Amino acid sequence: MHLIEMGKTVMNFKKAFGVAAATMMSAAALTGCAIAKTSSTAGNKSSDNTIRIGVNLELSGSVASYGQQEKKGVVLAAQEINKKGVKIGGKTYKVKLFISDNKSSTSTAASVAAQMANSDKIVAQVGPAATAYATASIANLTKAGVPMVGPSATASEFTQTKSGQTQKYAFRACFIDPFQGKKAADFMYNTLKKKSVAILADNSTDYGTGLTKSFTKEFKKLGGKVVTTQYFQSGDKDFNSTLTTIKGKKPDALYLPGYYTEIGLILKQAREMGLNVPVVGADGMGSPKLAQIAGKKNATNVYYTTHFSIKSKEPEVVKFLKTYKAKYGEEPTTFSSLAYDSVYMIVDAAKKEGEVSSSAIQKGLASLKNFKGVTGKITMDSKHNPQKSVVVEQMTNGKINKAYTVK
Amino acid sequence: MQTFFQQLINGLSLGSIYALLALGYMIVYGISKLLNFAHGDVYMLGAYWGYYTINYLHFGFITALITAMIVCGLAGVIIEAVAYRPLRNAPRVAALITAIGVSFFLENGMSYLVTSDTRNFPQVIKQKTFDLGGVMISNIQLIILVTTLILTLGLMYIINYTKTGRAMRSVSTDYDAASLMGININHTVSITFALGSALAGAAGVLIGLYYNSIDPLMGMTPGIKAFVAAVLGGIGSIPGAAVGGFLIGLLETAVQAMGFSAFRDAAVYIVLIVILLVLPGGLFGKKQVEKV
Repeated sequence: MHLIEMGKTVMNFKKAFGVAAATMMSAAALTGCAIAKTSSTAGNKSSDNTIRIGVNLELSGSVASYGQQEKKGVVLAAQEINKKGVKIGGKTYKVKLFISDNKSSTSTAASVAAQMANSDKIVAQVGPAATAYATASIANLTKAGVPMVGPSATASEFTQTKSGQTQKYAFRACFIDPFQGKKAADFMYNTLKKKSVAILADNSTDYGTGLTKSFTKEFKKLGGKVVTTQYFQSGDKDFNSTLTTIKGKKPDALYLPGYYTEIGLILKQAREMGLNVPVVGADGMGSPKLAQIAGKKNATNVYYTTHFSIKSKEPEVVKFLKTYKAKYGEEPTTFSSLAYDSVYMIVDAAKKEGEVSSSAIQKGLASLKNFKGVTGKITMDSKHNPQKSVVVEQMTNGKINKAYTVK
Repeated sequence: MQTFFQQLINGLSLGSIYALLALGYMIVYGISKLLNFAHGDVYMLGAYWGYYTINYLHFGFITALITAMIVCGLAGVIIEAVAYRPLRNAPRVAALITAIGVSFFLENGMSYLVTSDTRNFPQVIKQKTFDLGGVMISNIQLIILVTTLILTLGLMYIINYTKTGRAMRSVSTDYDAASLMGININHTVSITFALGSALAGAAGVLIGLYYNSIDPLMGMTPGIKAFVAAVLGGIGSIPGAAVGGFLIGLLETAVQAMGFSAFRDAAVYIVLIVILLVLPGGLFGKKQVEKV
């Protein structure tokens, strides 16, 4: 049950990116019309003892399941904080949430952001979940001077303007896709101790090519050797000849950046021809379908990088699992855990700056360092992309039996 | 050397699938002069038939294979009767576009009915791998090769040595003359579609078993590659289509073996262009003289 739920989340997670990419264009087109009339670039400041956080999520519409999961994480975080309150600049504050449904629509995501910034006087926003809707809300928040944390906006363009500058008010809690390649190289070299690797990558998606690039760069820097890099396309079914070539090069391990449909087949065909070396991949292969396609026996000695694992033994995660389960009666997902971290990131930023205001939180988020969340230790880089630890899940006989943390 | 033989086996098993599909393409084209772009999708239907009958009716491999051939044969007949027959005397391009329409209809219809999720095919035959001096060959690869050979020979027998086959050949030579000789054209074309689609159905079940993964769009690329194989072998020749299929399989494998995995599809389509420019009749094709 755990396994299935987890896998589903990852699958949904990947799907969110697709939606994100598809609606990106319309997002750009629609934000223009929804910009609010009143604007105060100065941002909002708390005048009582509440931290007013706007929650702009997809609670209905095409990607409602992500929004609903993130809402659970946000509500839990606020509830935990409010039990004791949080001391900022000598005053005890409580979190007040303003939860709005953006209906999985770019125009609503933009207008909800404007309305919360101007009428509800929020000091920061959490959400939206999908990159497209998160991007759509940036313009209005920038105008109002209110920072936002997109829990799961993974597209690398999200925190950047068209001309390549960093969006001052846009932050995220997740790492961007290619970042996993870097961490996978680290895991391969330092944890698995494999020094010569063959790569078989999906070159029909940015996901596959981006990961290949970042993996190769980091792995070579560490001193490892990439014996060969081969490519496939999504929809391919026969990998026997490529795998025969790879087998001839005798690699210690394989790196397979791609999605579960093809990776499942690659695993099956590789194991059947006796290529039994460890396989490392990225979160695109995290799905119960992987083991079904590969065959349980073949899905062994398989590792993949991901955002969050319920198998993790990190104390923060263990505690989070317990409280989450007590409140909702189910396991947290990648979405809910990233949203949970987003709230804490905002509060932490205010605490560090000693002031509950939009500008202080913006500064605090931009200089966030070693923030300990349930999805890892987060340090914000100059492009507002978290540099954080990555979780690696290990699969044996088609079941996730262990999780590692790559710091 | 060991790697060479391994790649040869890889190429032959991939090629036999293309060969089965190319045979179906070829006989349909040879007789009705119609490029049946829905052929790859009939193969997808065969795979789904295998999936459901093995999972829910607990068919064995042979039963699933034979029933898939029958069901796909029927599907072919229905497609022909509904979509192509009314257009038999229309311009060729109308039928071609209809074929593309049928292909879309089958792909999206199946996506709607069974969702576009990739499914894992039930493994009715347990995979066994034989190690022949370092060269691995699996029992499933052997089954695919043998089934393809049997079906090719069977088809050759039907076309060359039976009354139906003779009718098919005569229809392929001249519609009007054949009909004047008392051959029922509709009947013959139906049988042709049934035979071609039955081969596609068999390929569907075999591919499902081999790769363990089926989805509603699985017929697209193999369908086009089988078309290339049929052109390469020479439209109108049964051994030609089979040889063309094996050659395309070997070519793809060779391209990947040389380390150009990113270009394997490109290589196949380059072959299509070259063949059409240099040897339009294909390797085994008859030279056709266009009479004015």
